[in-house]
Amino acid sequence: MTASPIAQRAWNLALGTMMVFFLLNILAVIAVVAINSLGRRWFGGWLPDGFTLGWYAAAWGEFQLSSVLMVTAQVAGAVVVLSLLVGVPAAYAMARLRFPGKRLALLAFLLPLLVPPITYGIPLATVLYQLGLGGTIWGVILANLVPAAPFVVLVMTPFVEQIDVKLEDAARVFGAGTMTIFRRILVPLLLPGMLSAGLLVLMRTLSMFELTFLTAGADSQTLVVALYYAVFAAGVRAPQSIDAMAVIYMATTLIWLLLALRFVDPTQMVGRVKAQRA
Amino acid sequence: MSGAVHNAASPPSAAPPRTARADDARAAGRDLRPLLVLPGLAVVVALFLYPFLYGLFLSFEPLEGGALANYIRFFSENRLYGTIGTTLWLSLPITVLNVGLALPVAYALRVPSTSQRIITTILVVPITLGTVLAAQGLLSYLSPQGWMNRALLDLGLIVEPIRLLHKPAAVVISLVITGFPFAFLMMLSYVTGIDPTLARAAATLGAPAHRQFFRIYLPLLAPGIAITFALCFVQAFAVFPSAVMLGAPAGPTRVISIAAYEAAFEDYDYSMASAIALIMGAVQLGVVAFVLGLRNLAYRGPVASGKG
Repeated sequence: MTASPIAQRAWNLALGTMMVFFLLNILAVIAVVAINSLGRRWFGGWLPDGFTLGWYAAAWGEFQLSSVLMVTAQVAGAVVVLSLLVGVPAAYAMARLRFPGKRLALLAFLLPLLVPPITYGIPLATVLYQLGLGGTIWGVILANLVPAAPFVVLVMTPFVEQIDVKLEDAARVFGAGTMTIFRRILVPLLLPGMLSAGLLVLMRTLSMFELTFLTAGADSQTLVVALYYAVFAAGVRAPQSIDAMAVIYMATTLIWLLLALRFVDPTQMVGRVKAQRA
Repeated sequence: MSGAVHNAASPPSAAPPRTARADDARAAGRDLRPLLVLPGLAVVVALFLYPFLYGLFLSFEPLEGGALANYIRFFSENRLYGTIGTTLWLSLPITVLNVGLALPVAYALRVPSTSQRIITTILVVPITLGTVLAAQGLLSYLSPQGWMNRALLDLGLIVEPIRLLHKPAAVVISLVITGFPFAFLMMLSYVTGIDPTLARAAATLGAPAHRQFFRIYLPLLAPGIAITFALCFVQAFAVFPSAVMLGAPAGPTRVISIAAYEAAFEDYDYSMASAIALIMGAVQLGVVAFVLGLRNLAYRGPVASGKG
């Protein structure tokens, strides 16, 4: 209270200036990609000489974007469905039940989220190639399940916890079996949680570079890996058409982000799970 | 718990038919529901734990030489063991910077407000887009004709463009762009998890703002800071796409993940690649264990000394 309010204000001003500077830079980095993808030619100067949509048509053909987008949709869709199928029941067991080895199970679900993908991706890719799944779309889907399924478990656990146990007990009293309880009581009440978990998994899968990169073949690349290869082989293609592809990638990712922000708090996206109490 | 419900239920004659297996299990006092954890666990065991063990064994079966040949080769070739130093030198300072900046900003924004909402929404964008896109954007943004150099030239701060691309500096910038938002959002969730009435109580007793931070928030935040630091470090240490796209992957930014990738997909030496991946994991684990150990020390201090 007595410590100088001027120092306090100067400190807040410094923090604020730094944040505004940082945010402006982030927006500029994104804007540069978008503007370049629309520019006719851009040598020096703040803006390109003229604007065109032609690079999008060029990128669409050059990078076979229709098939890349198809693969991306299949991979993301399969990962979301499979991770929810295995993750939600596991979350139920973790939230409600006591069983031997539960702490070990929790550790097993935490580890894939703590170890970076490139570290476990190389042994995983080796195993998948041994099994003949490397380079196929199934290999990509399986690899992406490794972080996705535990992520669903950790996101869904608090959602299960906040459902009143009495609802299940009442259903059981009236003779409902576990399957009926799941179908008629838990799934409807868990839908909002499954929606946010599914959206978060979807966004993480779309932007998951390392695992897809290590396991994908030429015809099982998702958009972000195709983008990497395009940049890597730059010089062959016009930079504007690579940027057009980057904008398409941004659009596919940010649409889901806009949707997700209606349901989840941004701090949840970094994977820390907040205990939600009803 | 199901047993209690069973006893409370109406007489057996009124109960609707159940499947025989469920009744058997219940009669035996077993609850089959914990089996629900198995499919999820199977994914982790088959696709995470098994490959790790497989890689461990594979790393001791080198293409040539004795069981330890891969490890001996790694620690005798400068272009291999040198990657540990290169990667640590990139990732440790960046992590200190990211967490060090995230803590005060998250603390300043701990009360929900419009600016908190705007900032968190903008910061979640680079996390969503990922490192590949950030690197692609920075390639144009930092280029000699890019907006950054143009702005600095127009402001008269520099006389000729600074060349940042294909040097460690560009990788550092990309690690801040993707790492700071991550650290900030994690710190924000820890800071907002602390009951603000604690600080208000301290204020009532006359504690000035900086003392509320150092005496109330900081000790309570210590575990959160340690975990944020550990996660940010592990991610920065695993830097891959931006080190290739923005850095000098053959020289100063040849990080350990590049060495592992080259062994696997250019030399097709999966044994060596597994050895490098395991060394990478071991270094990460070492730093994480060290940080979490420090946090335990910091936590025990004030509790143990009951004299103050």
